[in-house]
Amino acid sequence: MTLSIGLGHYLTLAAIIFIIGIVGIFLNRKNIIVILMSIELILLAVNINLVSFSIYINDLSGQIFTLFILTVAAAEAAIGLAIIVVYYRNSGTIRVEEIHELKG
Amino acid sequence: MLAHAIFFYIFSFIAIFSAVMVTVSKNTVHSVFFLILDFISISFLFIMIGAEFLGMIMLIVYVGAVAILFLFVVMMLNVAQQKNEWFTSGTRSTHIPIGLLISLIIFSELIIVIGGWKYKPGLTDSISIKIDANITNTKLLGNVIYTDYIHLFQLSGMILLVAMIGAIVLTFRERSGVKKQSYFKQISREKKEGVELAEPESNKGVKIDT
Repeated sequence: MTLSIGLGHYLTLAAIIFIIGIVGIFLNRKNIIVILMSIELILLAVNINLVSFSIYINDLSGQIFTLFILTVAAAEAAIGLAIIVVYYRNSGTIRVEEIHELKG
Repeated sequence: MLAHAIFFYIFSFIAIFSAVMVTVSKNTVHSVFFLILDFISISFLFIMIGAEFLGMIMLIVYVGAVAILFLFVVMMLNVAQQKNEWFTSGTRSTHIPIGLLISLIIFSELIIVIGGWKYKPGLTDSISIKIDANITNTKLLGNVIYTDYIHLFQLSGMILLVAMIGAIVLTFRERSGVKKQSYFKQISREKKEGVELAEPESNKGVKIDT
């Protein structure tokens, strides 16, 4: 616990949240909605990286790209949730273990 | 500097705790609530290090729109009762140690990269858009987005439009037994089907049903 907060602290925070998102995708057995939330966590970690780099090297480009990532994340969440709603309507379940029609 | 450190540790602890709770909590509705808490604390961090516009946009877009969308879907699909069983379900649980191992490897790789990373000398001289401390963050972003990045900005608007239309088309459902307007029938009606000219004799009126 050092008192001067630098770029490394923010990058470490982003790495921890990224890994939590990945663990959520790997180990989830409940439903797909939690997997979508884990994807949101991963995108959030990427945003933290971009913003902290942008602040600490004094360049605005990172914040601009964060804005675009935010847009794409919102679109992705909307489409993903729509697909989940359609799938639930057709098959009656969104449990991860019971979705195996492709046998992948 | 001390206040910065204290707030950083508080908000990052809340963020990490709620990120863990998103993945492990038993109830999906609780997961969505912890996702909201996560977004709020990260947006506070953004505001704290000087990206105020993005922090506010995170609050508006994520907490106000995306998380509420998740909440709607969770409540609509009635999955709140399903129990989370990601450590206990007995069959085919070999993916848990492999998943943990892969996550650990990725995390250590990231930490190695963060630890052993240096600026390239002269990097800050060649940056494209300098942050001016005298102009507010919002104005600075607006100056760039509406001029240099206008095509990307418009393209992201198109992405949002396509996502909206796609979501509507995907979830649209024809119900039987619902009375609807048929525009084609309305437009294709012609004069000779709809109007009949009659020449009534005086004082006798018109017979309509002939």
